[in-house]
Amino acid sequence: MVTAGQPAPEFSLRRFDGEPFTREHLLGQTTVLVFYPFAFSPVCTDQLSLYNEVLDDFTARGATLYGVSCDATYSQTAFRDQLGIEIEQLSDFEPKGAACQAFGVYHPGGFPQRALVIVGPDGYVVWSHEAAQPSDLPGANLIFDAL
Amino acid sequence: MVTATTTPHCGGPHSARPGGGRRTRITQDASGDRRGQRRPVQSPDDAPYSRPGPLSDLGSAPPPPVGPDDHVRGEGPLVVVYGDYECPYCAALEVRLQALAVQVCFRHFPVRSSHPRAQPAACAAEAAALQGAFWPMHDLLFGDQGRLEDPHLWARAERLGLDVARFDAERRSDAVTARVREQFRGGVRAGVVTTPGAFAGGRLYAGRDPELLARLDG
Repeated sequence: MVTAGQPAPEFSLRRFDGEPFTREHLLGQTTVLVFYPFAFSPVCTDQLSLYNEVLDDFTARGATLYGVSCDATYSQTAFRDQLGIEIEQLSDFEPKGAACQAFGVYHPGGFPQRALVIVGPDGYVVWSHEAAQPSDLPGANLIFDAL
Repeated sequence: MVTATTTPHCGGPHSARPGGGRRTRITQDASGDRRGQRRPVQSPDDAPYSRPGPLSDLGSAPPPPVGPDDHVRGEGPLVVVYGDYECPYCAALEVRLQALAVQVCFRHFPVRSSHPRAQPAACAAEAAALQGAFWPMHDLLFGDQGRLEDPHLWARAERLGLDVARFDAERRSDAVTARVREQFRGGVRAGVVTTPGAFAGGRLYAGRDPELLARLDG
């Protein structure tokens, strides 16, 4: 996967309204990309719920979080609404997994590996973390350590 | 930190254990709450309970040390449980722990989007603690997780003989909310990611990790 010091790759994801979200959107802000395997799956639910609980702290640190999965936009929106979370979701549905592959976090099983990537305002990767296995949930403390 | 009342969650004299370890002895008062007579909690070898820095940030830190404001009961090896009252796995763990000779410190870890009633229930337990009834309320909350709405909380307070008006005011108070939040943030810093999260023997056991019970039962 991408590592600290590398420029973030070119990619194109879809926002909830279908508009593209690209590398250009990373510039000028500190971004935390939260790659997760599947909307509605148990560990992903716990992960996004936990991070959302401390969203104000991320904001206070100047960081903006995005959830990234290969689910369709409609599925992500339903997931977000069901949980009642504020973290914006970005879809890597079509072409499936292309952005995940660009970041080096595409699992052979056809979904994003559980991974975290922090990109600085200059578009360079500041920190990245890949869970040993998809069922491992990285604590929010790890992200704060890296910010 | 709750400061709105003089009722301690636990309190009393401290005494050191040989080898520098600390432990807490819990007694049960007339209301059924186990409080007070604080002997410090065990442990250098059991857990890295060093005092963390301020909770103004959420970077990694050891779990906060067990102190006078914590709720602790039982005797035996210490396990610090981060849980919530809407979590069925926490209730199951509670039952299993009660069957073991362990000392349990319970801390709140409510995540609202997963369990919307976990926060009000945690505040209810803390408000009950202000009237000396943390553990009775704790047990009643875990004993019927399908009934955690406000009227159910009031009914529990009434059943325990609490001053219900005071209970209701205090469970909504800034002090109680802050106490629950402080425990949650301490858990986040220590790496708790889901409930139940339990520290025993210097290790965090997340979720339904069977190794926790194997260790404590061993």
